[in-house]
Amino acid sequence: MVALDTLSEATLRAPILTLRGINRAFPKGSGEIKVLADVDLSLYAGEIVGLLGRSGSGKSTLLRIIAGLIRPSSGQVIYRDEPITGPAEGIAMVFQTFALFPWLTVLQNVEAGLEAIGVSPKESRRRALSAIDLIGLDGFESAYPRELSGGMRQRVGFARALVVEPTILLLDEPFSALDVLTAETIRTDLLDLWIEHRLPTKSMLLVTHNIEEAVFMCDRILIFTSNPGRVSDEIEVLFPHPRNRLDPAFRQLVDEIYAKMTARPSAGAAEHPQKLHLASWLPIVSPNMMAGLIETVAAAPYHGKADLPEIARNLQLEVDDLFPVAEMLQNLGFAEVKEGDIRLSADARNFAELDPQPRKTMFAQHLLTSVPLAQHIRHVLDERPGHRAPRVRFEQELEDYLSDSAAEETLDAVIDWGRYGEIFAYDDQAEMFSLENPEG
Amino acid sequence: MRASSISYASLTARGLVPNRWDLVAFPLVIGLLLLASEGARQTLAPLSTLKEPVVSLDPINLPEYALRTTLRMLAAMAASLFFTFTYATLAAKSRRVELVLIPILDILQSVPVLGYISFTVVFFMSLFPGRIAGAEAAVIFAIFTAQAWNMAFSFYQSLRTAPRDLEEAARSFRFSAWQRFWRLEVPFAMPGLIWNMMMSMSGSWFFIVASEAITVGDTTITLPGIGAYLAKATEEKNLAAIGWVILTMIIVILLYDQLMFRPLVAWADKFRFEQTGAQIAPNSWFLELLERSRLMGTVGRPAAVTLRILARQRFAPLRVRRIGRPEAPSTILDPVWFLAVAAAAIFAAWKVVAFVASGVSGSEVLSVFKLGLLTLTRVVVLIAIASLIWVPVGVNVGLRPRLAEKIQPLAQFLAAFPANLLFPVFVVGIVSFHLNPDIWLSPLIILGTQWYILFNVIAGTTAYPTDFREAATNFQMRGWQWWRSVILPGIFPYFVTGAITAAGGAWNATIVAEVVSWGNTKVTAQGLGAYIADNTAAGNYPKIVLGIAIMSLFVTLFNRLLWRPLYHYAEDRLRLD
Repeated sequence: MVALDTLSEATLRAPILTLRGINRAFPKGSGEIKVLADVDLSLYAGEIVGLLGRSGSGKSTLLRIIAGLIRPSSGQVIYRDEPITGPAEGIAMVFQTFALFPWLTVLQNVEAGLEAIGVSPKESRRRALSAIDLIGLDGFESAYPRELSGGMRQRVGFARALVVEPTILLLDEPFSALDVLTAETIRTDLLDLWIEHRLPTKSMLLVTHNIEEAVFMCDRILIFTSNPGRVSDEIEVLFPHPRNRLDPAFRQLVDEIYAKMTARPSAGAAEHPQKLHLASWLPIVSPNMMAGLIETVAAAPYHGKADLPEIARNLQLEVDDLFPVAEMLQNLGFAEVKEGDIRLSADARNFAELDPQPRKTMFAQHLLTSVPLAQHIRHVLDERPGHRAPRVRFEQELEDYLSDSAAEETLDAVIDWGRYGEIFAYDDQAEMFSLENPEG
Repeated sequence: MRASSISYASLTARGLVPNRWDLVAFPLVIGLLLLASEGARQTLAPLSTLKEPVVSLDPINLPEYALRTTLRMLAAMAASLFFTFTYATLAAKSRRVELVLIPILDILQSVPVLGYISFTVVFFMSLFPGRIAGAEAAVIFAIFTAQAWNMAFSFYQSLRTAPRDLEEAARSFRFSAWQRFWRLEVPFAMPGLIWNMMMSMSGSWFFIVASEAITVGDTTITLPGIGAYLAKATEEKNLAAIGWVILTMIIVILLYDQLMFRPLVAWADKFRFEQTGAQIAPNSWFLELLERSRLMGTVGRPAAVTLRILARQRFAPLRVRRIGRPEAPSTILDPVWFLAVAAAAIFAAWKVVAFVASGVSGSEVLSVFKLGLLTLTRVVVLIAIASLIWVPVGVNVGLRPRLAEKIQPLAQFLAAFPANLLFPVFVVGIVSFHLNPDIWLSPLIILGTQWYILFNVIAGTTAYPTDFREAATNFQMRGWQWWRSVILPGIFPYFVTGAITAAGGAWNATIVAEVVSWGNTKVTAQGLGAYIADNTAAGNYPKIVLGIAIMSLFVTLFNRLLWRPLYHYAEDRLRLD
């Protein structure tokens, strides 16, 4: 843990953006579903702040609230002494999907933001060209986005945001759609511009689920828990730029954050860390991934116990890819995840040695004992005379507690596992569960 | 090549339409049409007779007639575009308005095109008493009704499915509504819209030919053009003139394809949303010529610059656009709005029923319904026969890329060619061989629209993934098994798209095809189309209204009970991408 006693110079000044008690919820069934709960945040000039969390932690929603694209259910975003009620001047956003207009050239895309606010054609041409120059896109002015590689497209995304000279730059997972090498190049280029004070921007807010990226770029990291999203930890990163990923201190901080993020895997489970209930949200994790992780951890050099960050590095996986798998193994009683480590249970070590059919049997047992929803579906099918039940029956039950998309995802996940474990059959066309060939 | 954009046909909103609102939309549409025609008829009838323009059968006049016909077509297209941009935008931007407008659009789409002209001709003639402009307006309106609905649907659908990230980008850069429309919404909708414009244009040649010479009661429209020329040639039993008009039409359609639509499609390619490069970018020699010619540059640039400047204006002050909190929609306004709409629908239904009852007995309603069943049988049987013929042909053509390249434009050409130019030839045959018109007139209703099945099936087969075909060959699947489990599921979505278009065209064609004449010889088949045609000629309004209402009902039910489920099935289960 990095010491917090030395406040950075920036924090001594007044914040340029303040979030107070931000909540966001959707009315649902009898109650409501919370996406964000009580988020407070102040953003100061001269800092890059990272919002780090898993998918479903509401961090992108928070970014959109700050961008004025959606309103919070309660709470306020104060910017320039006024609450934000819509897209505000001086706040620009870079999108994960680039969000470039495919029918406009690079130059026209960059100019679009200036046109919108009525800058004269001559002036906007001048500013656009200088932004294109700054971000390293010269020579591509007349190209259309589809002619560019992903990296070049995201550079256009940056140029388009920077050309309006934003005070605050919002970055919504801007590197996650790029390959590793390209992402690193653009990150470094952006940091260079930032360090050399060549950007018109006073502060950047980066949403990411990549821990290393957050530690590499940010001065301060807020860690979000999921369902509902809330800030669980705040960490200052005091390493000077440019940062070295292989520096032991860097590595240690990454490990610490891993540990923090695995300590409290998901909210709701906070009170009963290892128990799922009927309406728990379940991520779609294929049985192949689970089997793969079990095999990897069981084999040398780990022999049943491994450091998650290390596995992630070796397998080129990110938090969002690895955590749900590890967590599901924990939920199914195949592993214990604690402080960034994963330790296989005796059953799991057995599992690694088994042939496909006994594996399925063992998986089915674990599924029925640990996942109440799977148990419930099997129970309903056993009770009914025809041993059939429509999907919608379970979806409606879940929708009292989960959002529509989460309910659908959860059910899809259970269907996948149930089919693998052969505890029930499912006909996707009729959307019908049955026991037609459960045992073989 | 054009067929590569066939998937845009799937953008029509056949799936997304709420059902109970049809109960409201149906009486509203029929009632409104009724009010328009009745209001005009009662205040302004009887009309002063038009000085009828003379149509000459001398082929030397044909280029001029063709030009006039084409201009009417373009005027209707301009009106359709205006309608599309306003109506669809309105529907997409307001939930309450949408609930009414979209079902109305769906019903408007199922009213037979030639029905509109019987309803509205008097109204338009009364707008310009004694002058030819009224007749022009009536015909242009009829063509408009043949073009506008699917374009509006396509645009509405695009507005609803505009990518979220682009919408967010537009909002966060604070585009005004006007800027967003031209920068985001119109470009995104463009490929689908152009595809639908193309379908609309090729469909409407048929109707313009039918409506340039039409008699509604004591009002006769004759406008110099291809259709009027054909009518006169038929009346005078002049086969040579019919040959000339067919030749002219062929040239016109080829020119319109080369000079208008190929350039448009090639130009619109840059609006494709997919970020991947095109397999084959469409090209057009005419577009290249325009882009390269200096003259066009000097003439075109000022216009282009003006448009660009116009598109970048805000037309709204630059201020923070407030966004709402995520609360439930208003609970007071909704019931009020729904009540108002329901009241209007009930009023319209009552008006329609009262009007029809004034001239039609209850037993006649029943017999008209039976005529409807007869026509329905005709449509179903002919679509089935056409499918049995054209699906195997289309697949076999599609499997041979070089052949497909040649056949595909031909099929598209045949779909655009107004089949009613060929009707007289059939009549001559039926009369001279003493054939039963109830059977032998039937093929006419599908003569023009069967090609939609053919070219959609060809497109589907061409787009069928090679690896599936290779896998089938590898596992030695052949014969019936190959058809059943390899190719038919793969082309099914395309087939359904084609069959929907063909069936829609067939319903429309019945009004012209069930009553055909040659000189003084009139051949009639029993059916709803003939009923509407006869009563239109007689100017018997209550019966026209009844006939059209029943045909719209049949088409709507046909769409709901057959095509829509099939379409959904194809979309959900059989998509290959």
